[in-house]
Amino acid sequence: MTTPTKTKVISRKTTDLDTDYKWGFVTDIESDLAPKGLNEEIIRLIVAKKNEPEWMLEWRLRAYRHWMKLNYEEPKWAKIHHPPIDFQDIYYYASPIKEKSPGSLDEVDPELVEAFNKLGIPIEEQKKLSGVAVDAVFDSVSIATTYKKTLEELGIIFCSVSEAVQKHPELIKKYLGSVVPYTDNFYASLNAAVFSDGTFAYIPPGVRCPMELMTYFRMNTEGTGQFERTLIIADEGSYVSYLEGCTAPMRKSNQLHAAVVELIALDNAEIKYSTLQNWYPGDKEGKGGVFNFVTKRGKAAGVNSKISWTQVETGSAITWKYPSVILQGDNSVGEFYSVALVNNYQQADTGTKMIHIGKDTKSTIVAKGISAGHGQNTYRGLVKIMPSATNARNFTRCDSLLIGDKCGAHTVPYIEVRNPTAQMEHEATTSKVSDDQLFYCMQRGISEEDAQHMIINGFCRGIFKELPFEFAMEASQLLKVSLEGAVG
Amino acid sequence: MSARAGNHKGPLLEVRDLHAGVAEVEILKGLDLTVNLGEVHAIMGPNGSGKSTLANVLAGKPEYKVTAGEVIYEGSNLLKLTPDRRALDGIFLAFQYPVELPGVREREFMKTALDAIREHRGLEKLSVREFNKLFQEKIAQMEMSPDLVKRSVNEGFSGGEKKRNEILQLAVLEPKLALLDETDSGLDIDALKIVADGVNKLRGPSRAIVIVTHYQRILDYIKPDFVHVLIDGRIVRSGGPELALELEAKGYEWIKEAVESGERLSV
Ligand SMILES: Nc1ncnc2c1ncn2[C@@H]1O[C@H](COP(=O)(O)OP(=O)(O)OP(=O)(O)O)[C@@H](O)[C@H]1O
Ligand SMILES: [Mg+2]
Repeated sequence: MTTPTKTKVISRKTTDLDTDYKWGFVTDIESDLAPKGLNEEIIRLIVAKKNEPEWMLEWRLRAYRHWMKLNYEEPKWAKIHHPPIDFQDIYYYASPIKEKSPGSLDEVDPELVEAFNKLGIPIEEQKKLSGVAVDAVFDSVSIATTYKKTLEELGIIFCSVSEAVQKHPELIKKYLGSVVPYTDNFYASLNAAVFSDGTFAYIPPGVRCPMELMTYFRMNTEGTGQFERTLIIADEGSYVSYLEGCTAPMRKSNQLHAAVVELIALDNAEIKYSTLQNWYPGDKEGKGGVFNFVTKRGKAAGVNSKISWTQVETGSAITWKYPSVILQGDNSVGEFYSVALVNNYQQADTGTKMIHIGKDTKSTIVAKGISAGHGQNTYRGLVKIMPSATNARNFTRCDSLLIGDKCGAHTVPYIEVRNPTAQMEHEATTSKVSDDQLFYCMQRGISEEDAQHMIINGFCRGIFKELPFEFAMEASQLLKVSLEGAVG
Repeated sequence: MSARAGNHKGPLLEVRDLHAGVAEVEILKGLDLTVNLGEVHAIMGPNGSGKSTLANVLAGKPEYKVTAGEVIYEGSNLLKLTPDRRALDGIFLAFQYPVELPGVREREFMKTALDAIREHRGLEKLSVREFNKLFQEKIAQMEMSPDLVKRSVNEGFSGGEKKRNEILQLAVLEPKLALLDETDSGLDIDALKIVADGVNKLRGPSRAIVIVTHYQRILDYIKPDFVHVLIDGRIVRSGGPELALELEAKGYEWIKEAVESGERLSV
């Protein structure tokens, strides 16, 4: 395939491992581990390590006590299956850096810099990616943020959540948990109790962020849970495009990833959030891999505000996530564009919720599921039109593509309309990569593998065009790598 | 890899006593055909006689199984090659029913194909700019809409547009052996002329063309060197262009009858 890349932004190829998952290396680095298991002591320890104020401790403890009441009862409604998770057998805090965060990049452990270089995410000042500011998160801790100065001059805050807690407590107090309260669901409660870091971004009124903001998550230490928390606030009339990428080493055991992402767009503001999720999917027999249980929600709070989620989910043994939008402001817009791919024994139960509250609100859902091997792929979506949402509109399209005959694709759309002026459209298709299509391509001299890749790319075209250019190239390559050996 | 073609002296394609079919059904029942470089052959025959099957077997469509006979292309066994390898070696099939590829852009499709073919021939890939220039030229030559390149391959194309698109691809890929399966069916009078002009431009000593058709009309534009009649899985009669005129005038019954009585006689 021809992929003319000017700037190769995220090449995560590494050559030291002879497997399909090319991001599976382990970085040998000393980490600061809290003992396994979860109790109030661990939370106090996290708070102490991070030197957090009293109000954070109280918030975390409230979350923890709420979570304890749930009695280890995970949500059961999704179409996913996994052995029970022993929540007391997980490290809730792993930090690659001793004691405190580095003051400057020179203080970052060279091993860590190297780890990110290997992933194609240089964090050193002189090598940093052009046009993308990166916050690199290793295990649970933010390592480095590039382009800080440039952003600061515009009044944009882009830093780790830990730093924001120290430096911008008023914003944290006001917005943390305002979209996803700690009572929201099992994993959101757990996250609120123990999250150790993540990314914070604030775009001041009227500012159009001149570069992509990106967080790159890397899970390293065995047996750690990764619980990061992302909070992005676009103030009135501002715009930001945010990218998120993630990988983890190959491990025989499952790793838990339970993140929370909250977005807030005020009047006339727009947030575009793109994810390439490539956590370790497990091996061909379905052993190992990341359990990716994530709560992502945006509040289009202001008039004419817009929140747009684009996700390409190729990794993880299990994906459970529903990036949603609360369309609160009049005339606000919510969008969800998704490609979810499952191969071997991967399971994905993903979709969105669009909650229409304001007048003249509009949401668009385009979900593409690709299933191969023994993979199980479920689209689950809710469109809810509240009585206040006069003239709300929704368009939903779900397409499934099957490769082989041992995989599954399921579509579960829920619609709840409580205002008669709503206009709803729903389309769904299921197709296969047909032998005739493959033969047609091959008759033109294209190899079977390239033909399949081309057809799948074609299937995803509408989603890839929503991604920033370099990310789209990367997404297309990810699909190719994830489907190796899955020719129907 | 490309050396093979230059060294080879004999016919471009030799089909000998070919038996092929699907599952339990035999469709081709002992077919012989020899094609030399520089020649244009027309194959005519009633519906269901096996014309498309022949084209598909030559192109390597997996569902067709060869049970006996052989196909020699440029001096070696064609039947053991995968479809993409055959295409790289210069075989092109203009499909009777071109396939839609939703979301795959025509330009990207053709660039990928041409890159692969050029690489196989030991040539440099064309740069994006060179390719675009070539592609635009061919599109103009086929009098197609320039918007085409932005569309998905064959998706939403009219019947005639699909056929014309096959010849556009033929013109871009410049194969050695072009098999046109009823490319003229469904074309309007002007389009037929454009397609025929496109094919005639490709006519030459380094190429052979096999045209499957039901109608004399396209043969008015593309004068064949040989005309073959395919009935019930076999080529039962071959001749010059006058044979096509005779078929047009008289239909197939007389040949069928002649063949049957001939067979009875030969028993
Ligand atoms: N894939 C297939 N499965 C079952 N039968 C087939 C298949 N392909 C061809 N046949 C049968 O074999 C016979 C020859 O078909 P073929 O398409 O080669 O005919 P044709 O000469 O091209 O006819 P037409 O002029 O109508 O295009 C027909 O009876 C057809 O139904
Ligand atoms: Mg036919």
